[in-house]
Amino acid sequence: MDLILGSVPFIANSAIDVLPIAIFLFAFQRIVIGKPLPNAGRIAVGFVFVIVGLGLFLVGLELTLFPLGKLMAQQLTDPAFLYETVGKSVTDLVWQDYYWVYLFACAIGFSTALAEPALIAVAMKANTVSGGAIGVWGLRVAVAIGAGIGVALGCFRIISGLPLHYFIAAGYFVVILQTAIAPRLIVPLAYDSGGVTTSTVSVPIIAALGLGLSEAVPGRSALLDGFGLVAFAALFPIISVLAYGQLAVLRERVSNYTEHVRHTEKEENDAI
Amino acid sequence: MKDSLTTLSHDVAGSLRDLLPIVLVITVFQIFVFEESATRLLSMAGGGLLVVLGLAFFIFGLRLALFPVGEGLANALARKGNVFWLIAFAFVLGFGTTIAEPALIAIAAEAAEVAAAEDAIAASAEARKNYALGLRLTVALAVGVALIIGVMRILANWSLPLLIIGGYCLVVLLTTIAPKEIVGVAYDSGGVTTSTVTVPLVTALGVGLAGSLKGRNSMTDGFGLIAFASLTPILFVLAYGIILQWT
Repeated sequence: MDLILGSVPFIANSAIDVLPIAIFLFAFQRIVIGKPLPNAGRIAVGFVFVIVGLGLFLVGLELTLFPLGKLMAQQLTDPAFLYETVGKSVTDLVWQDYYWVYLFACAIGFSTALAEPALIAVAMKANTVSGGAIGVWGLRVAVAIGAGIGVALGCFRIISGLPLHYFIAAGYFVVILQTAIAPRLIVPLAYDSGGVTTSTVSVPIIAALGLGLSEAVPGRSALLDGFGLVAFAALFPIISVLAYGQLAVLRERVSNYTEHVRHTEKEENDAI
Repeated sequence: MKDSLTTLSHDVAGSLRDLLPIVLVITVFQIFVFEESATRLLSMAGGGLLVVLGLAFFIFGLRLALFPVGEGLANALARKGNVFWLIAFAFVLGFGTTIAEPALIAIAAEAAEVAAAEDAIAASAEARKNYALGLRLTVALAVGVALIIGVMRILANWSLPLLIIGGYCLVVLLTTIAPKEIVGVAYDSGGVTTSTVTVPLVTALGVGLAGSLKGRNSMTDGFGLIAFASLTPILFVLAYGIILQWT
């Protein structure tokens, strides 16, 4: 009951968020297309669902996703836990001692990207458009590996306190290098994969993890170090998908080569 | 009616699947690494249920209302070939969907809280609300502009890597003059903008537009809109931070 009453202001707020786009779409339909909307009733019901859904999600976010991310960060950096696993007190800790943090970050990044519906949709579209050259699973695993490495490296950055833009600039430098040599077909898809990995459910968890870490690790500030994890999760899939494209080309070359070798061997045998 | 119920249950299953990997990873850590009982997790189950239901309703409603209208409009405008309306539509689509993006609402609220806690802004609820709203409007504006650039790129056949690389060079430049505390939030807002709402609509716009133009490949030209939508928010939020610093 409390949950329902508590949701009401959230739903009212989300109505304010959603209404502008509804009004614009109706206006466009009227002015540009010049026809009234087909199925106006259905569409109205749809917008009610959008508003109620957004409201409920935001309540759940406050109650569960944020607290979970913070709780994990707090447990992973708990001095007692760290003392038990590494055998050092807080002041002696170096970045390597937080290995459980990296493991957790990697697992969260990998698993959420693999299950991300937006990614599945993009992968299936890419599979059809490329005529099967890009595999649905291959792309999904490539993105998930990138996301896992990205989040783990982002945690390392928070713990070590190194400046965020060094990493991001270096990452995009790698992307530029790869873009120059990767097959042209994979490039736009790879750039899009970056944005797709971070879903509505994983962003709050990852953000809360980063903020929690920056509060718990000695010498870090939430304001300066807490953000940036989502950026890592968005950057590294670009690299891994480009690498996936390069690997596919390489594999093709190798198989062409072995076929060529086999072919010439056969010809030689035939000649003998 | 029955069809709708099937779709809705599919959406509930879909959001469950979205949450499942997180629950799985966290549960494994709680039980095997921290050796805690599961009771603490169970106390959060109610909120988790709201997340799943809320996300399912949201996506179900999007599919019922926003997607058919948006896709129909995108296709009709692409066929009509009126550049002005196409660009106006791209902007509105980017702006409108980003304002309603749940992940962005979450990040903006968190950023405001942190800024207030560290005395970067006044600690009142009013100041926090304004800061969060300012962030969201900035990002929404950025995504609107991103889609304009993306659509113009498809129409004029500009080079995607060149634009993106140029953009990120600009990001590095702006980073050096932006206040330090905005940098993290700015970089994050690039990844936040493109999830549940924006991706399907934007992909439909890009692929539909490239498909309706002669001499364009929907593979190399259709994708790439999302890449702009992840780039411009970084630039705009950095600029927002720089402007806030001056005033």
